[in-house]
Amino acid sequence: MLKCRTVWKKLAPLARDSSTLCRQDVRRAGLNNGSAVRVPAAHMSSGSAGGGGENKLYVLLVGAACLGGGIYAYRTVKGDQQRYMERMAEISSRPHKAASQKTAVPAQSEPPAVPEPKPGAAPSPEEPSPAAPGAEAAAPSETTEPPPAVDSTPASTKVPSHAPYLLIGGGTASFAAARSIRARDPGARVLIITNEPDLPYMRPPLSKELWFSDDPSVTETLRFKQWNGKERSIYFQPQSFYIQPEELNSAENGGVAVLTGKKVIHMDVRGNKVKLDDDTEILYDKCLIATGGVPRNLQAIERAGEKVTKRTTLFRKIEDFKSLDKVSRNAKSITIIGGGFLGSELACALGRRSADFDLEVIQMFPEKGNMGKVLPEYLSNWTTEKVKKEGVKIISEALVKSVTYKDDKLEIQLKDGRLVKTDHIVAAVGLEPNVDLAKSAGLEVDSDFGGFRVNAELQARSNIWVAGDAACFYDIRLGRRRVEHHDHAVVSGRLAGENMTGASKPYWHQSMFWSDLGPDVGYEAIGIVDSSLPTVGVFAKATAKDTPKAATEKSGTGIRSESETEDTAVSPVASSTPAPAVEQQRDNYGKGVIFYLRDKVVVGIILWNVFNRMPIARKIIKDGEEHADLNEVAKLFNIHED
Amino acid sequence: MSYCRQEGKDRIIFVTKEDHETPSNAELIADDPNDPYEEQGLILPNGDINWNCPCLGGMASGPCGSQFKEAFSCFHYSKEEVKGSECIDYFRNMQECMQKYPELYPQEEDKESSTQAESDTGSASAAPTEGSALSPETDATPSTSSLPSDSVSTTDSQAAS
Repeated sequence: MLKCRTVWKKLAPLARDSSTLCRQDVRRAGLNNGSAVRVPAAHMSSGSAGGGGENKLYVLLVGAACLGGGIYAYRTVKGDQQRYMERMAEISSRPHKAASQKTAVPAQSEPPAVPEPKPGAAPSPEEPSPAAPGAEAAAPSETTEPPPAVDSTPASTKVPSHAPYLLIGGGTASFAAARSIRARDPGARVLIITNEPDLPYMRPPLSKELWFSDDPSVTETLRFKQWNGKERSIYFQPQSFYIQPEELNSAENGGVAVLTGKKVIHMDVRGNKVKLDDDTEILYDKCLIATGGVPRNLQAIERAGEKVTKRTTLFRKIEDFKSLDKVSRNAKSITIIGGGFLGSELACALGRRSADFDLEVIQMFPEKGNMGKVLPEYLSNWTTEKVKKEGVKIISEALVKSVTYKDDKLEIQLKDGRLVKTDHIVAAVGLEPNVDLAKSAGLEVDSDFGGFRVNAELQARSNIWVAGDAACFYDIRLGRRRVEHHDHAVVSGRLAGENMTGASKPYWHQSMFWSDLGPDVGYEAIGIVDSSLPTVGVFAKATAKDTPKAATEKSGTGIRSESETEDTAVSPVASSTPAPAVEQQRDNYGKGVIFYLRDKVVVGIILWNVFNRMPIARKIIKDGEEHADLNEVAKLFNIHED
Repeated sequence: MSYCRQEGKDRIIFVTKEDHETPSNAELIADDPNDPYEEQGLILPNGDINWNCPCLGGMASGPCGSQFKEAFSCFHYSKEEVKGSECIDYFRNMQECMQKYPELYPQEEDKESSTQAESDTGSASAAPTEGSALSPETDATPSTSSLPSDSVSTTDSQAAS
């Protein structure tokens, strides 16, 4: 705008001069011939028609130009200002939060500072802490060694105020990390915080082995029998493996302590500390977030009211297993909503009971067949038939519209008009990763897969790692993903533990998963196994020897992921019930290998009733090569042999 | 003879045993044994012990972890004629520690521990393990009897109490 003006100002005298010159010429010319006058007259009029007219036009033009420029400039500046204001508002909201945290910090730092100068004296740390207002944290500061008096102020003194390795969440990934840290860092002090009342345990038996146990007290003991007759507990380690939280900083060789029944509600990344639901604060050096997830629910059930939600189980934890076991003994009809791994496994487990307990087991899902999102259609249909043989009533292509409680029964109304009446519902419709801490910690959440977004080394920030169900990580071979399987929790937990002790390794060793649907159908899988991908399946006729039961008997292992290591241990699927040998695969899909392709590269493999071949499958995926003939690749698996 | 079928985007091939008798011409990329990303076996490429090997179970991470590490390291680096003969003290320490946790280290194992450890570690170093999974069982084995060569045959080892 200003430019226009200055330019115009410069040009204006020139314009005036030129116009006067023009006029003079024109007058002379006009005197000579008439017609020429009109043309110069045109020029003249643009220049000026006499002094006043000339000025007016001049002013008009200048005004117009300035106005246009002014409007443009105004718009630009306003837009900039608006954006700026928005930015400032956002930034100002952040310092506000930080400020409120900062005010909390100085309040905390004072009381611990007081007992610090007295390292050896046990009684003194106790005194200032009850006196100081905000000192809920354990009295001894992190630098001192003396064990706190156990009979002093309750609960709060049990919690150490500083843990070098803090693991949030007490599941499979967390335990794997704890083990990894302890193996690599001698004398490491690891604190696990879990909101469950239980020590770390493994989840697969909750929907498999525990249901096949003969022991009537299985819901209390949570033990299951392996094929070799030996029993084991679902807990990774008994209580004696762990040390007490209050001993964490004093134990000579460190150890793993588990704080149960506590929830981490706030994370301060800048201050390297977390806050629990009882207002205790714990400082950490390195932190792992392994918060797993919470089962999803159907909207139809959530809004159906308390009478319905009371009769619905969202299956995930030990307490869910216990309550469902009780329900299965009393109810007449149970409906499982969901056709994936958990839903199908529970359906098979309950279906097995249906004969003994006069129980109707229904499974409904939107897909056409069981595992519809995992298995190619032909295999999904075949699997569904097998599940039906386990005593399950399958209702496929079922979308739940509403659920009501009527006449002491739950009525499930489907969108296509069908009505299902049942006593109890088990919802197995997916897992919502727990990212509650993302906001306070300022951690990124992935919008595609959910969960905390971490890099290939499972790191979210310098001292924060995420593993297990809650981690959306970058897999160098397969791309960004989030995996909800047991072996992945183990692999990622181990890796996180390694990286927390300085390894800097990316996710490289591909985790696997497995599922058994009854004694006849069992498979192991690795990589991206999505039924929307093109697949190539290579099958052989199966013999009586090719069942999950037989395979586990032979290798002497239970949980399939361990058949690759030397450790024996866990029980396979069906312990005592005799396998219906007559059922042996007459149809085509007895056993084989299925390759899942993405851009002609194998990204996922299912070993269908073919066991102990996982290393080969892992290798093929690791190579990431384009193979022209997948039948040749299938040969590597020797599917015809045991 | 094998035959093929296409169902939409999915291809299905049925093969007989004879079809798969000829060796595969699929090419796999040769593995680099020193690849730092890969899961290592019990003995690392530089000769150190991989304490995080799943084959050790939880031996190195449990309450007696440090005693176990001392004993096993001593044994591993021992150059005596009778390997590990100078490590008796460490093994005794380890045994004492393990006796304090009978739940984790079942007592009948103790007799076998010293002899087993010596025989197994010889073969262990030669056989790197493929271990993806966490062995959920406990630090039950006082010996390193859970190492590769003995896995299937050793039935008395694991199982938590």
